[in-house]
Amino acid sequence: MSPRLSASLQRLAGWLRAFARKLGQTARLAVGVPDYHGYVAHRRAHHPDEPVMTYEEFFRERLDSRYRRGSSRCC
Amino acid sequence: MKPAAASLGWALFAVLGAVCLAVIALHRGESINALWLVAAALCVFFIGYRFYGRFIGDRALRLDPTRATPAQRRNDGLDYVPTDKYVLFGHHFAAIAGAGPLVGPVLAAQMGYLPGTLWILAGAILAGAVQDFVILFMSTRRDARSLGDMIRSEIGPAAGWVAMVGTLAIMLILLAVLALIVVKALAVSPWGTFTVAATLPIALFMGLYLRFLRPGRVLEVSAIGIVLLLLSVWLGGVVAADPEWSRAFTFSGVQLAWMLIAYGFVASVLPVWLLLAPRDYLSTFLKVGTVSLLAVAILLVRPELKLPALTRFIDGSGPVFAGSLFPFLFITIACGSVSGFHALVSSGTTPKMLDSEANARFIGYGGMLTESFVAIMALVAASVLEPGVYFSMNSPAALIGNTVESAAQAISGWGFSLTPEMLTQTARDIGEGSILSRAGGAPTLAVGMAQILRGLMPGAGMMAFWYHYAILFEALFILTTVDAGTRIGRFMIQDLLGAAYAPFRRTESWAANLAATALCVGGWGYFLYQGVVDPLGGVNTLWPLFGISNQMLAGLALIFASVVLIKMKRERYLWVTALPMTWLLVCTLSAGWQKMFSDDVKLGFLAHARKFGEALAQGQVLAPAKSIADMQRIVRNDQVDAALTLLFMAVVVLTLLFGARAAWKARRAAQPTALEAPYVAAPVR
Repeated sequence: MSPRLSASLQRLAGWLRAFARKLGQTARLAVGVPDYHGYVAHRRAHHPDEPVMTYEEFFRERLDSRYRRGSSRCC
Repeated sequence: MKPAAASLGWALFAVLGAVCLAVIALHRGESINALWLVAAALCVFFIGYRFYGRFIGDRALRLDPTRATPAQRRNDGLDYVPTDKYVLFGHHFAAIAGAGPLVGPVLAAQMGYLPGTLWILAGAILAGAVQDFVILFMSTRRDARSLGDMIRSEIGPAAGWVAMVGTLAIMLILLAVLALIVVKALAVSPWGTFTVAATLPIALFMGLYLRFLRPGRVLEVSAIGIVLLLLSVWLGGVVAADPEWSRAFTFSGVQLAWMLIAYGFVASVLPVWLLLAPRDYLSTFLKVGTVSLLAVAILLVRPELKLPALTRFIDGSGPVFAGSLFPFLFITIACGSVSGFHALVSSGTTPKMLDSEANARFIGYGGMLTESFVAIMALVAASVLEPGVYFSMNSPAALIGNTVESAAQAISGWGFSLTPEMLTQTARDIGEGSILSRAGGAPTLAVGMAQILRGLMPGAGMMAFWYHYAILFEALFILTTVDAGTRIGRFMIQDLLGAAYAPFRRTESWAANLAATALCVGGWGYFLYQGVVDPLGGVNTLWPLFGISNQMLAGLALIFASVVLIKMKRERYLWVTALPMTWLLVCTLSAGWQKMFSDDVKLGFLAHARKFGEALAQGQVLAPAKSIADMQRIVRNDQVDAALTLLFMAVVVLTLLFGARAAWKARRAAQPTALEAPYVAAPVR
């Protein structure tokens, strides 16, 4: 494979990976689960001394909060 | 793109849109291809988004990308998260999309496809998308607070209370009418009933899986759930073919209504992770997936619209709902054009995740246009049916009788060619015993979708599969709304009653929870039961009430938005929100007035009550009542419906008065008086 072809294939694979990641994020957020990595990054950056929830804890916390006061949805 | 090239592109776009609309408007032949409608809608939406949406953002609201959003100021990684605009768009669309835009256009098709199309396009551009966008912007400027909260602080506490009572009443009517749609779709349909019943164990399984087996693997479990759902659609066909099993899953409307009421109660007190959450996942993904599938199918199959552009029923004599084009078309299609419910979402979770004010147009205005496009597709799906078939599905038995012969005769008499064979053939195609009087929109939409999808994937039995798939898809998210809505209604009741008797507000108290849940379920259950036993089909009565209430909520949101524009000293652009507000108030108030006071017994609740009341006083029993008790119930229902209509009208008028007072005060102030959160510069990106 020529180096140019291989480079463009790699770029394509990168795009596809990024797209799939965005798609997964969108799907999770649509059911009320925001990006976990974003949460961890936020905690590390802004509250380095405090504990960080595991994904399972994070998921439960989000589920409870989504339905705590009822989620409004359209007709 | 260079400016000149861009202008040329938009000009071409405008010409294309105008040509499509002209073809639709001037075409009076046999039938017209659905693509004209779809293309016209897309052109109108893109132009509206690019020009009107931008005008509102740049001039009327002056979006400020340098201003930090609540997501940036309060970022906690949980509720407040600056989110990529495409990801947030997906969230917002999933939250606003529901059954409304699918049902309204189907019912409105009784007047032909043209009035519905024009109202969806104009309503979305000038009212619905404006409302969603403006409310999203205003909530973003106010720490992402809810509409009720914002009304309280900008207009006054009394207006806040009025809005709260109104919202609760809407919730009850919404739940009743949605549950009624499910009942109408599943009555005497073992295939449909089995498939929808199967979602319960599937959701329970998913809930347990997520809790104990693979905690938090939400996409994985959803994929499993969707495969199981498709299997249950197939299995439903097997059940329906077996005489014994099909008897076990055949229920009358009244039985189904009681089951739904019991379901609503139990589901809304169970822990959310067990039933509600997994059901929510399934319905969200199925909804987005099915809508996309329908869009692709319409583009590939390019079906012909069989329904005429206009029918004779624009005069108000139609069998699906009573009342003439103005104002009843404008409340029948609520969610596809403008929906008050979106104002709740736009002031709920979405503003907490907006990463820049500049993206409010894409999310708010663009999200609503996407929703309207779904409404256009629903209209297409209803219009590909033979008009005769459409009317046989949507007319009450009181008008067309109970046999295919009587239906064919009655509908041929209205001028739509129809033979009994067409009705039995359609029923056989979709694997049902009968298609007569299946009002409520869902079955009609399902037949239309099945017909379009059959063009994509032909084969024996495919139409029956797609029909029941479509029924499942609608029933699934309606049931999700029923238990989520019952919970919201319960909280509202606890809030309202808690003001009078404080212990009611304690959401951790089982007694208070159960009492409020029972009140909420009892409220919507009453209207559901009334709708199911109504010989005119129920949808006839309840859908207009729902439409009035939903448009009324939009009216409240737009009153609020207009007041805030004045408080911001942007009176120059007041018409942006005042114009749709005026239109909605005119429509809801005149529709409400007619529903109350019209002398036509088909239209006016009070006239109907009078007619039956007078007969009752003389001891007569009028059809369709069969006993004196029936007569009494009819009169009481009419009175309750009239009282509710009056309540909706009172809510609108009171809010308008409160709004006018707040606006008057703001006019006289020298400075802007809008209560925005103070300016904080956005972090440089």
